[in-house]
Amino acid sequence: MTQQELETIYEALAKAIDAIEDGQRELYLAKLALALVETLDDLPRAMAVIEECRTGLVEPGAAGSKK
Amino acid sequence: MRPAGRGELDSLYFDYPHFDPPSRPASEEPCPVAIVGAGPVGMVAALTLAQHGLRCVLLDNKATFNDGSRAICISRSSFHILDQLGVVARFLDKSLGWTLGRSFFRGRQILEFAMPDSANEKFRPMYNLHQQYIEAFLWEAVAQSPLIEARWQSEVVALEAAPGQVTLGVQDPNGRYDLQAQWVIAADGARSAVRRLCGLRLKGDNHEGRYVIADVQMAHDYPTIRRALFDPASRPGGTVLIHRQPDDIWRIDYQLHEGESVEEAMREESVRASVSGVLREIGHEGGWDLEWWSVYSANTLLLDDYRHGRVFFAGDSAHIVPIFGVRGLNNGIADAHNIGWKIAAVIKDQAGDALLDSYTPERRGATLDVFANATKSTRFMTPPSHGWRIMRDAALSLALTRESAGALANPRQMTPYSYADSPLTAADDEGFASGPVPGAMVQDVALADGYLSDRLGKDFTLIAFGAPALPDQPGLSVVSLPSTGAAAETYGAQEGSAYLIRPDLHIAARWRQASSEKIRKALESVMAQARKTA
Repeated sequence: MTQQELETIYEALAKAIDAIEDGQRELYLAKLALALVETLDDLPRAMAVIEECRTGLVEPGAAGSKK
Repeated sequence: MRPAGRGELDSLYFDYPHFDPPSRPASEEPCPVAIVGAGPVGMVAALTLAQHGLRCVLLDNKATFNDGSRAICISRSSFHILDQLGVVARFLDKSLGWTLGRSFFRGRQILEFAMPDSANEKFRPMYNLHQQYIEAFLWEAVAQSPLIEARWQSEVVALEAAPGQVTLGVQDPNGRYDLQAQWVIAADGARSAVRRLCGLRLKGDNHEGRYVIADVQMAHDYPTIRRALFDPASRPGGTVLIHRQPDDIWRIDYQLHEGESVEEAMREESVRASVSGVLREIGHEGGWDLEWWSVYSANTLLLDDYRHGRVFFAGDSAHIVPIFGVRGLNNGIADAHNIGWKIAAVIKDQAGDALLDSYTPERRGATLDVFANATKSTRFMTPPSHGWRIMRDAALSLALTRESAGALANPRQMTPYSYADSPLTAADDEGFASGPVPGAMVQDVALADGYLSDRLGKDFTLIAFGAPALPDQPGLSVVSLPSTGAAAETYGAQEGSAYLIRPDLHIAARWRQASSEKIRKALESVMAQARKTA
């Protein structure tokens, strides 16, 4: 994937998350993840990405965190 | 429970019979088998024993059938058992067969699933019938059998095991007496007195989520299709199940919210308000009557061993399973049918005592199989935590546009458990490329004149394709089928192939090329392998 393509996806996601009403965003992201991994059609890579994204999350209470 | 002003047995559609306590002799001979509990499981056990020529005494502490419609889904495999026992006609006549389920998410249909069915099947995958009728139809056969002596209002209050027999202390309105039996089948339900008297306990887990199950009577125009409503407007965040039963009775199961008090939810006004919300949501605008309600929570509990010396546990006394797999009643019926022929074979000295040791691995295995599937269904129906809930909702929401995600909402359908790992099941003949494997339940096939299942014997049956050499074995029924055609294809058979079917309709062994020696040895192995280890 080119840098330009990734930028396009990044922007589309940002806009989609903003467009979705409060309380629906987590559902949207879970649904998106499920749809993407199914499209990926590769169990080991899907499991690796699921683990990868658990790391480096913003600490609770830090700037940007909602909790 | 029933609405205010109506008695416990005051049903809108069913007249409960009243059974008097027995008039019994001052002294009696020991009986071969005592069955405790005259519910569906106990009655199937009694009818199975009677079919094999065995006498039994059937005890129940009530004066009538179980109250309320309780278990309503009877599976195809149970219908085959009822057919084998010669009692299926009344069930077919009254029940509602079905194959389809529909799932809705926030009011939109996201999935329609069909359970496997074909013209080769004598019975539909599932039938809905209130439990009272299940009991009433079994009772008609039990009452007619000269081999079954039913004693109502008879409570087992003591149990003493001795070599070769069990003594039950029985209390009825006329007093207390000892009943001696060679074998005992405990089919006395979730709160089994026999289990307690044996000092045994069910072990396992209680799951999150409670459901109210309510029956209402209404003229409602919808086919016999099971509906599952996820996150419906009437119960935000919860799940609702709707089943049609005969007599214009509809079963509504709805999940209680986390923290919702059961006591409050069980009040008549609460039930009426909740049901009314669900009915509005499914577009029912006419009137309705509340018939009966109860509360339910998903448990996976079972005994470590279904055999305790001369006592065998069958049905809810041995295992409590979540409702979502519709396996409570159906597995109980299969338990009873399984232990019935084995006890009969041992009493008639056709098999060693150790044949009975195959009961636990086979039927407890079936329960563990239900647990594995039902745990998935339960987690989907009643997500235990935030993570499970959000992914469940994501799958349901995705199913609106992707069929594949809808499959996650498909309740694990019941296929009868295979006894592939049972000590009674022979290793498979590697020559077969297809067909049901040893341990599986027999596969029905439409024949020119009826179905294969119609031709199975009451004891062991050999299904022979073409003309294999057959042993001269008393009690062995033979069904001869052509070595080509639909049946041979279903069974992966050629000229000379054969399947050996147990009395409980499971496949004991199969051969691509049968011989009378192989068949004789297999029969001996099923029965005598038991003797060796006795």
